[in-house]
Amino acid sequence: MSESFLSIRSVRKAFGATTVVQDFNLEVAPGEFVSFLGPSGCGKTTVLRMVAGFETPTSGAIVVAGKDVTRLRPNQRNIGMVFQAYALFPNLTVAQNVGFGLKVAGMGRADIDARVKEMLALIKLPEFGDRYPYQLSGGQQQRVALARALAPKPKLLLLDEPLSALDAKVRVSLRDEIRLIQKNLGITTIFVTHDQEEALSISDRIVVMYGGKAEQVGAPFEIYNRPRTKFVANFVGTLNVLEGTVSDAAAGKVALASGEIALPGRLDGARNGEAVSLALRPEAIALGQRAGADTRLAGKIADVHFLGSVIRVKVAVGGSVVSLDTFNSPSAPPPEIGQPTDISFSASDLLVLR
Amino acid sequence: MKRLWAWGALFLGLLYFVLPLVGMTEFSLKMRRGEYSFDAYAKVLGDPRFQETFSYSVVMALFTIAFGVLLVVPTAYWVRLKVPRARPWIEFVTLLPLVIPAIVIVFGYIRLYNTSSWLPLTGTATGTNVLLMFGYATLALPYMYRAVDTGLRTIDVGTLTEAAQSLGAGWGTILARIILPNVLVAVLSGAFLTFAIVIGEFTMAALLNRPAFGPYMQLLGANRAYEPAALAVISFSITWLCMGLIQIVSRLAPKPPSQPN
Repeated sequence: MSESFLSIRSVRKAFGATTVVQDFNLEVAPGEFVSFLGPSGCGKTTVLRMVAGFETPTSGAIVVAGKDVTRLRPNQRNIGMVFQAYALFPNLTVAQNVGFGLKVAGMGRADIDARVKEMLALIKLPEFGDRYPYQLSGGQQQRVALARALAPKPKLLLLDEPLSALDAKVRVSLRDEIRLIQKNLGITTIFVTHDQEEALSISDRIVVMYGGKAEQVGAPFEIYNRPRTKFVANFVGTLNVLEGTVSDAAAGKVALASGEIALPGRLDGARNGEAVSLALRPEAIALGQRAGADTRLAGKIADVHFLGSVIRVKVAVGGSVVSLDTFNSPSAPPPEIGQPTDISFSASDLLVLR
Repeated sequence: MKRLWAWGALFLGLLYFVLPLVGMTEFSLKMRRGEYSFDAYAKVLGDPRFQETFSYSVVMALFTIAFGVLLVVPTAYWVRLKVPRARPWIEFVTLLPLVIPAIVIVFGYIRLYNTSSWLPLTGTATGTNVLLMFGYATLALPYMYRAVDTGLRTIDVGTLTEAAQSLGAGWGTILARIILPNVLVAVLSGAFLTFAIVIGEFTMAALLNRPAFGPYMQLLGANRAYEPAALAVISFSITWLCMGLIQIVSRLAPKPPSQPN
């Protein structure tokens, strides 16, 4: 990673006796798009608000572009922010909203007009300058909020669940639009969301948060495929968990109710008889024998959900039920409940959660 | 049957309120024997003391409104934003002028700010005017605070403040350019109520010996027959005009944008 643009160093935040963020560290490179992902109450918005200046850390430091901003007021930081509730000023037109930050900065009328025009073109609402916020849809309001945040050329852009209030279709299109604009402008961005699909699809890196701590920081591919903790594995994506016990620690063997699996070199430090959870993504499992799969377990179809292009099949394997997805094919009907079947997968795709 | 009772109750209510007004208005037009005329109105409006006291009260009302807005808007905003738990206490304090008679307040003022006190406001006309303005602002506080607080309730004060802060705005800009314009209708409602209160107030102005409209009405009522009725109609008209203006500005209010669920 190149030299960091945003540095969050050992930040802790407590409200009275309750600590909501503890020992949080993060380095963000210039132009990077980082998402804070986690369930409600995990502290992701609190960290964002500390970066924005709306909360002061109990301890630790926040450095933006080499300058310690920990004690600076929000209006002294030059950090743009987009809120979940849009927060457009109802008494101002779209153009006045977008130009608000520029006017506060003391920019001349002609320069403000030019910048507002540029911003409205960027969000593809060039004709909406004279409208009031109540005359816009939710998606349009949020695009105006984005333009307003970007107009004063902030050092950093913070997005606090900006898509949560929008319907599914608008959410996806606006998500792509935000990412495109962010890439074109090269602005360092922090995006807070509880929606894993959102985080996985647009981030350079994801910070998965839980209990006020960063559980794992990594690229979406890494977070999804190589979760380091049980929480990350369970929170991001759908996961099948097979419970077992270590039968031969030296050889890396785990005994399941439906058979034994060899995981050479993946049980370092484990003892024989130790309980272990093996996790597997639905897309890593195939009904029957998949080419290249080295592990095969016998089971029985427990349930079938027809989802259109995809069929989600649940298979009872030993004492566990695993989910897997198969593509719908008009020539092959879905399997029937109760039908015996085998599932296969590569042992290397298994995640060992201890 | 239920409908009939409702109409009956409405009719009785209207009679109760409207008949005295009709009687008073009719009486005010009877100054000339045997025919209706506006003589009483002409006499009142032509009286230099009417012009003097009315102008004085209007100017006092404007100052009271300005002071009330400067006091109440930042206070109600700050309470909503930073100390929402103090709201019940602030509401209680703002309601006190409704239960403490004006005469008690003004005697307190005279006792505290008389010419032999540490702050002898009653020693000069300007000082007494300032004191009277504070008194009027106190009397109007329950109405002004409630109006502004209700206005603030219709907007997301916290998020709008943070949005403005993130765009570089300080407290003054936020209050003047974001909060005040968005509660302007509420402020105007409070202002019109304040105006109506100041125009008709008697106790404070009389005890502080200021040439206000209220004491003039009382003086006229004690010495004349038809003019007080004309003055009362004029006074009522001013109040109704204020109420009508509240309705008009309420309709002209900027609509809040659609909020996410």
